[in-house]
Amino acid sequence: MHIDDQLRERAKKAIEKKGAIGPDVNLQEFDDAPVPHSYMADEDLCAMPGEEQKQLIMAGLDVTEKERGGTYFQKDTEVIHCHSQQDGIEVIPIRKALEHHDWIRDYYWKLAAVDADKYTAAAELGLHDGYVIRSLPGSKSIYPVQACLYLDKDGLQQNVHNIIIAEEDSELHIITGCATSPHMKRGVHVGISEFYVKKNAKLTFTMIHNWAEDMMVRPRSVAQVEEGGLFLNNYICMKPVRSLQMYPTTHLVGKDAVARFYSIIVGSPGSEYDLGGRIFLKHPGNRAEIVTRTISNGGDIIARGHLIGEVPDIKAHLECRGLLLNGGLIHAIPELEAHADGVEMSHEAAVGKIAQEEIAYLMSRGLTEDEATATIVRGFLNVDIPGLPPQLKAEIDRAIEESDKDVM
Amino acid sequence: MLQIEDLQVKLGDKEILKHIDLEIHPGETHILFGPNGSGKTSLLMTIMGYPQYKVTAGKIIFKGVDITELPIDERARLGIGMSFQRPPTINGLKTRQMVQLCAKDAVEEETLAKKVNFEGFLDRDVNAGFSGGEIKRSELLQLLAQNPDLMLFDEPESGVDMENISLVGKTIASLLQKGFLDADTKPKMQAKRDRTKMGLIITHTGFILDYVAADKGQVLYDGMLSCVSNPHEILNCVGESGYEECVRCISTIN
Repeated sequence: MHIDDQLRERAKKAIEKKGAIGPDVNLQEFDDAPVPHSYMADEDLCAMPGEEQKQLIMAGLDVTEKERGGTYFQKDTEVIHCHSQQDGIEVIPIRKALEHHDWIRDYYWKLAAVDADKYTAAAELGLHDGYVIRSLPGSKSIYPVQACLYLDKDGLQQNVHNIIIAEEDSELHIITGCATSPHMKRGVHVGISEFYVKKNAKLTFTMIHNWAEDMMVRPRSVAQVEEGGLFLNNYICMKPVRSLQMYPTTHLVGKDAVARFYSIIVGSPGSEYDLGGRIFLKHPGNRAEIVTRTISNGGDIIARGHLIGEVPDIKAHLECRGLLLNGGLIHAIPELEAHADGVEMSHEAAVGKIAQEEIAYLMSRGLTEDEATATIVRGFLNVDIPGLPPQLKAEIDRAIEESDKDVM
Repeated sequence: MLQIEDLQVKLGDKEILKHIDLEIHPGETHILFGPNGSGKTSLLMTIMGYPQYKVTAGKIIFKGVDITELPIDERARLGIGMSFQRPPTINGLKTRQMVQLCAKDAVEEETLAKKVNFEGFLDRDVNAGFSGGEIKRSELLQLLAQNPDLMLFDEPESGVDMENISLVGKTIASLLQKGFLDADTKPKMQAKRDRTKMGLIITHTGFILDYVAADKGQVLYDGMLSCVSNPHEILNCVGESGYEECVRCISTIN
């Protein structure tokens, strides 16, 4: 049987299969029929309505493309802008890659299982598009590549599949945002991502989500990091969403491979977030870190983390801190699993309200109680992320700054 | 001027300050002595306005305003500042940002930090992993930016190393306009008229007296202000015969 037919067969069998965790989404309630949008030239991008541009900027997409190494922009089901601005960095829509490049078959559904659940199945059976971003061996990304998955049509089910490859000795920085247009209320986003970090390569992947209040979001991601490689994954979600559930998995498959995950979540009332990270440390010298900062304003947040140390001489740390500002729920579920002597694994989790002592201290310097609270919250969300390029740090800072008004 | 009249304060169920009367005039610095647990820190925290210190009787008047019921920030804006003994860590807030928050107008944090040998700490989170002495210098730096009219110091010398102790002493003296050097450069009466700052300093060692020309010493014993005298005399007396003896002796004289 042809490989495509095999994948389709497996997907069909999983079409009713519920996710391992998180509330079930009835995909029948959404429409996944293609929505035509025409391709936009550079100047068309800049001519988009101000409101829409603002949504894009919030998700890290700079329409002027200054200080960007390339752009992938998908609106609903269609790619409306896609190109690389740097030699050695490729940005290709995945449908095009599947049609024209045989090598993509070495990566497509090789880490994520097509029959994992109904969402992976839907992404195979009803694939709209997605991006393939690849840094060729030895090339170094000067500016980050930006990718944006934008939802405009109300009631849409968007199915995307992304593949990110950092070839040997290369360095790739990506900022990716998902956003919805200002009038969009309800929809579902299914996103498959497979990450390949090859020998001595470095990949930083910063994802900023700006959803609408009635969005259901089901990303499914798996990464593999080879010897000496580094995978740095940042996730920021400060806006309301109906339900977001993801549990990305990373396999460190060569010695001295490193993975670090940083997540910053602000949970609004009526929103439900179930997220975390799982990292398998399989070779000596592997390092892993999962750091999560969550604030609930009345939303429900489940913050998971799972580190699995399979061999000696690995080091892994899990840190989850949560602040309850206005009711809601923060449920931290840190898991450490050691399978060998000589692993060094730790976790710390702390959930609570803002310490009155800290507020009083700032008030003694002349800040009002509200100013003191805002300052502490901003500090809480200000995580030092080593190795993050300054432009991306600036994007994260801006997202935090913007959310300030909502948090308070 | 700070006027405290017949102040009584409870912390939880415990009465910790009893019938406190205290006046600090503009240009005056007082030293507060007393054994551990006598209520010194409580007095400072009450003046600063920490709500867990419940005023059950009496009042605190600052610059003619009854501040007994005012929240902390309003007292700060009225010109009261404090150097804390064990301030909390503020994660994610850089010391540099904190200095800016303290200042009413923009300040050169590098220049201020140089005064207390603290430039290397500006990009660290406020109080995160600071040693005892580093905390004191950080507190001083914040007061330099805030520049309040009444300054409350809770053991500003404790934990400060030999290298920095004179720096700390001189900085406090200059904040309070009480340096011995200033007195030399200006005519005495002129210098006195120019002083407006008020200070209340808790010390166990008396080291601060080498740098600050303090006006009065107060002894707080078991929640009561038990004597007012020359700070050097109090220090000597306590050093020779202990607080209990010292308080008894002075009560007899009084």
